[in-house]
Amino acid sequence: MSLNQLSAQEVTARVRAGDLSAREVLEASLAQVHAVDGAPGSLDQKPLNPAEEQKVHAFIRLTEDLARQQADEVDRKIAVGEDPGALAGVPVSIKDIFTLQGIETTAASRILWNFKPPYTATPVKKLIDAGALILGKANLDEFTFGSSSESSAFKPSSNNPWDPSRVPGGSSGGSTASVAAEEVALSLGTDTGGSIRQPAAFCGVVGLKPTYGRVSRYGLMAFSSSLDCPGPIARNVSDAALMLHTIAGTDPKDSTSSLVPPSNYLEALKEGVKGLRVGLSPDYTHLFYPDFETGELAKESIQKEISQAVQDAASVLAELGAEIVENVPLPNAKYGIPTYFVVSRVEAASNLHRFDGVKYGYRTPVDVEDLQDLIRRTRAEGFGSEVKLRILMGMYLSSEGFAANYYQRALKVRAMIRRDFDRAFDPQGEHRLDVILTPTTATTSFKRNDVFGNTVRMQYSDQMTVSANHAGLPAVSIPGGLDADNLPIGIQFIGPDFREDLILRAGYAYEQATQDEAWRAVRPAVLRQEVTK
Amino acid sequence: MSISKISPELFHKLVGLAALELTDEESAYLLTEMNHQLSSVNALLQVPLEENILPTLHGIDCAGAGPRTDVWQPFPTPGEILAGAPETEDGMFAVPDVKGAK
Repeated sequence: MSLNQLSAQEVTARVRAGDLSAREVLEASLAQVHAVDGAPGSLDQKPLNPAEEQKVHAFIRLTEDLARQQADEVDRKIAVGEDPGALAGVPVSIKDIFTLQGIETTAASRILWNFKPPYTATPVKKLIDAGALILGKANLDEFTFGSSSESSAFKPSSNNPWDPSRVPGGSSGGSTASVAAEEVALSLGTDTGGSIRQPAAFCGVVGLKPTYGRVSRYGLMAFSSSLDCPGPIARNVSDAALMLHTIAGTDPKDSTSSLVPPSNYLEALKEGVKGLRVGLSPDYTHLFYPDFETGELAKESIQKEISQAVQDAASVLAELGAEIVENVPLPNAKYGIPTYFVVSRVEAASNLHRFDGVKYGYRTPVDVEDLQDLIRRTRAEGFGSEVKLRILMGMYLSSEGFAANYYQRALKVRAMIRRDFDRAFDPQGEHRLDVILTPTTATTSFKRNDVFGNTVRMQYSDQMTVSANHAGLPAVSIPGGLDADNLPIGIQFIGPDFREDLILRAGYAYEQATQDEAWRAVRPAVLRQEVTK
Repeated sequence: MSISKISPELFHKLVGLAALELTDEESAYLLTEMNHQLSSVNALLQVPLEENILPTLHGIDCAGAGPRTDVWQPFPTPGEILAGAPETEDGMFAVPDVKGAK
């Protein structure tokens, strides 16, 4: 097994034991990046040759010098007997929406192409303090606005390591691709409507959206402030647990970060699922897609192999002693996307007013008449279409005359979505669930350009994930098999507030019980090519 | 049931308020997509609202760290901030004249 296939826990254990140096781990990671990643994302959009079409393109920027300094510091600490940290020597990628002092942080947008933040995001600082090696900034949808990573202004956008002609999902697509392609062991992503879990499902890795407030948002460029959650991406559940433990906690720099102390998530994994009540809901078996003329929501079935994977996972958990509770009603989940269209766009429009070409980032080079002209031209040239669309939609939905029908109503439907979950998890209620098991997505990964441009269809790829964001609940996507095209299937566990331990326990139990299944031996296409070279 | 649509006039007003400029092609695409999204959003108008349901701004009760004490703290390295600005003058951000300010 190559160093790049080791889990984060294996890496850090061997580094701490002196079997491996952090520098050796880092150089192996960089070699993997150079073998599979190809050209980093750039504003100069050059046509790709066929070989580059097959690459992953997970990164916008590699931070090799920084990572080498960090590796040397880990090795120095070990040499003198100091504690090098819980993630000592583990290569990590960072979604390029988190600030890192002195390193360009672009949000995959032209408007921030040259922005060097003067401070580091709290979850990034926690990773660095724990001895992780920051290998680079991962590509994403512009300002996280998308579900395929194709809206990035930095091209080529990331590809899916399982089939490079397909998308990795989004918006944390570069992050999940870098983990799946064994370029790094861990990545830091963000999830506003599913942006960690949906790409984790598409790339066959583990992605966890923590409870809102579990991980600080300080240094995360805001999209939708009431929904945004930073979270871990890993190749197995216990690595996700370790990373969550590292980045969780109260932060005086984020007023919404929670005072609830984090659990020891790794310890919790050992408790198993015997007696755990696992819910299945009939409201997570279909998409509800709108008719553009009438607005009526029509039912669409999800991919059969995905429904089957959820049923199979329930059977596995039942054999391990979990109680499966069927027919749990979550009737307002079907309004998750319409509600998200309103809440996220209104908050995005507000958050994006700050980008004006005055204080940092891109400024139009053309002669302008006055300040207003400068701002208009800078935003016109600096923002991509998806960003402009979200600003305009947010302004419309919150404008006088429409806000009562849309924004106020959406906030009430959001409360109803939350109430559904409260009833399902109520310890004195009918169902008394510990976790809910659902598909993560309705389909496996789609081809590049198949959905991009159809902004409604793209948004509906988050229907299975978005309700956990509205409700603020923790949810994790873990690999649950492969479809007939050898594309990964994701299954999702949703838990009560601050009970990341429960969803991780359920995921870990399923993962361990299915270790010997044939699909787990199949590797992403870019890694199979590597072997046959 | 037919649903309301965003008119081109309202759309262009929003573009101005959003401090954006669009090409004709971009305008046509974005207005079409906004109306498609609106057809999804309009599903909310059909939702039977539960009694006594109050609008929520957060899914969970955000009894978090809370706001910091409102005490002025100078940023340690203001030069780093100014170094990232497109244009500065005498240690301040520089911009063109504001319309009508003279």
